[in-house]
Amino acid sequence: MREINQAIIDEVAGKAKLIRQDIIKMLAQAGSGHTGGSLSAADIVASLYFWAMNVDPAHPAWEDRDRFVLSKGHAAPVLYAALAEKGFFPREWLDSLRKLGSPLQGHPDRLKVPGVEASTGSLGQGISWAVGMALAAKMDQKNYRVYALLGDGELEEGMVWEASMAAAQYQLDNLLAFVDYNGLQIDGRLKDVMSPEPVADKFRAFGWEVIEIDGHRIKEILEAINRAQEIKGRPTAIVAHTIKGKGCSFMEDRAEWHGVAPKPEEAERAILELSQ
Amino acid sequence: MGKQATRDAYGLALVELGGRHDDVVVMDADLSKSTKTADFAKAFPGRFFNAGIAEQNLMGMAAGLAASGKVVYASTFAVFATGRAFEQVRNSLAYGKLNVKVCATHAGVTVGEDGGSHQSVEDIATMRSIPNMTVVVPADGMSTRQAVMALYATEGPAYLRLGRPSIPLLYDENTDFQIGRGIELKQGSDATLIACGLMVAKCLEAARILEQEGIKVSVVDMHTIKPLDEELVIRKARETGAIVTAEEHSIIGGLGGAVCETVCAHCPVPVYRLGIEDKFGQSGSPDELLDYYGLNVEQIMIKVRKIIKNKG
Repeated sequence: MREINQAIIDEVAGKAKLIRQDIIKMLAQAGSGHTGGSLSAADIVASLYFWAMNVDPAHPAWEDRDRFVLSKGHAAPVLYAALAEKGFFPREWLDSLRKLGSPLQGHPDRLKVPGVEASTGSLGQGISWAVGMALAAKMDQKNYRVYALLGDGELEEGMVWEASMAAAQYQLDNLLAFVDYNGLQIDGRLKDVMSPEPVADKFRAFGWEVIEIDGHRIKEILEAINRAQEIKGRPTAIVAHTIKGKGCSFMEDRAEWHGVAPKPEEAERAILELSQ
Repeated sequence: MGKQATRDAYGLALVELGGRHDDVVVMDADLSKSTKTADFAKAFPGRFFNAGIAEQNLMGMAAGLAASGKVVYASTFAVFATGRAFEQVRNSLAYGKLNVKVCATHAGVTVGEDGGSHQSVEDIATMRSIPNMTVVVPADGMSTRQAVMALYATEGPAYLRLGRPSIPLLYDENTDFQIGRGIELKQGSDATLIACGLMVAKCLEAARILEQEGIKVSVVDMHTIKPLDEELVIRKARETGAIVTAEEHSIIGGLGGAVCETVCAHCPVPVYRLGIEDKFGQSGSPDELLDYYGLNVEQIMIKVRKIIKNKG
């Protein structure tokens, strides 16, 4: 159980703010990428990298490290921002996002970036890797934890449920999956395209412990992570209610901001708002 | 001549490998009694994981285990390993360059009575088209064991194609099996038979009979389709001027396709491809099916005589 107090909450919130600013800057530079879904995940990712997870930027392959799998791989900017801030690689790399020859590929590549655990991008696969990693930990009687972040649209992929079945079968209580439940996919609202509802019930039916939170309240995120640590014999899913594009008023809750990068003027506006 | 199914040799080899190396993990998708991974499961229950009837997750979990330092052998039927889970093999194993060996059994029509839905005729073609993949199709039980060991020693994603039926043993423990190096089993200058899997034994039989007719053909066991032993292919093209490939696979994109690619570029000579002629399989006994699809000694000889006649 990690400590939670106001100072810690403020620190994590501060990191989340920096991460959001970096997301906007790197996407504006790149000219393409996934803005909405990166912003909606910033508070969760900040909570993981700047509070929950035991990682060592100087030793990205440290055997006993906690693992994070960005199963919603298109939100690569949020991961890159967190890793840069943590010191896994030089900040300058962020300026090269999606450019030819850059280690920061459009979707995370484990072969190119220290700190990236899984090559994701094809939805549904990352969570499966996470199950394999958690299984390896159990096999080797290691205490590290495996965290995964899925998109809500991603839950439409059948493979996610294959992985969920396996996680329960193998009693992977060292696995914690967040669902970035922002209600939007590319073609519109989830409920209008292909509703995965009821999400919490589904995970419960698959044998998981489920905690529902506001994905933008740091205190709730941290408390949920602590609670998950106590659950034995089954994995935990934290269904985090979020807002796509959170942090930039003109991007919030809009499907159009899924796979589009801000233009320079839009980036300027966004940074201004994020600096308040 | 002794016989052994390559899947049986696989099961035994896994147990041997697992006894030597702690980091070997084996996975299956509810077919362990057929794929013979059940042997390993019995010997090392703590290192065997069943994904159930969920091949996509099988490969994804294998990826996670490999990313955590394990050497994973993941098995199911060829049609499911390479079909159902194609994108996972491609995007998780190959793109992630993970140390997972996809060892698929029941490849080709010799699945038999289960029928066409279960008979993969396209897996060599699809697997070899993926970057970073090594593709091995052993000709007998002995070389299967060697392949399993050799793949452990070669880091990276690989596809090992195995079969259901008992087939002749061609090699012994002393055979020098190397991934990427074809094995010349017979020398002859009239034409070259390049084969993989169960067709190698049939080619040897065909070559023996043809010799009595005064036709001398070389026989090559091209067990590694990728990376192909191009040097050997080119040399045989130069030496014999005619190649017949033989595989329990479609004539599209498999060993035949790979050989054509090399020959066309470096030493254009006629290449006739013996294989399944762009058709699905069907129910029947394995031997009946091999005959039905022309995968027998008779058809090999017909193709050889024809290519020599047309050599001009």
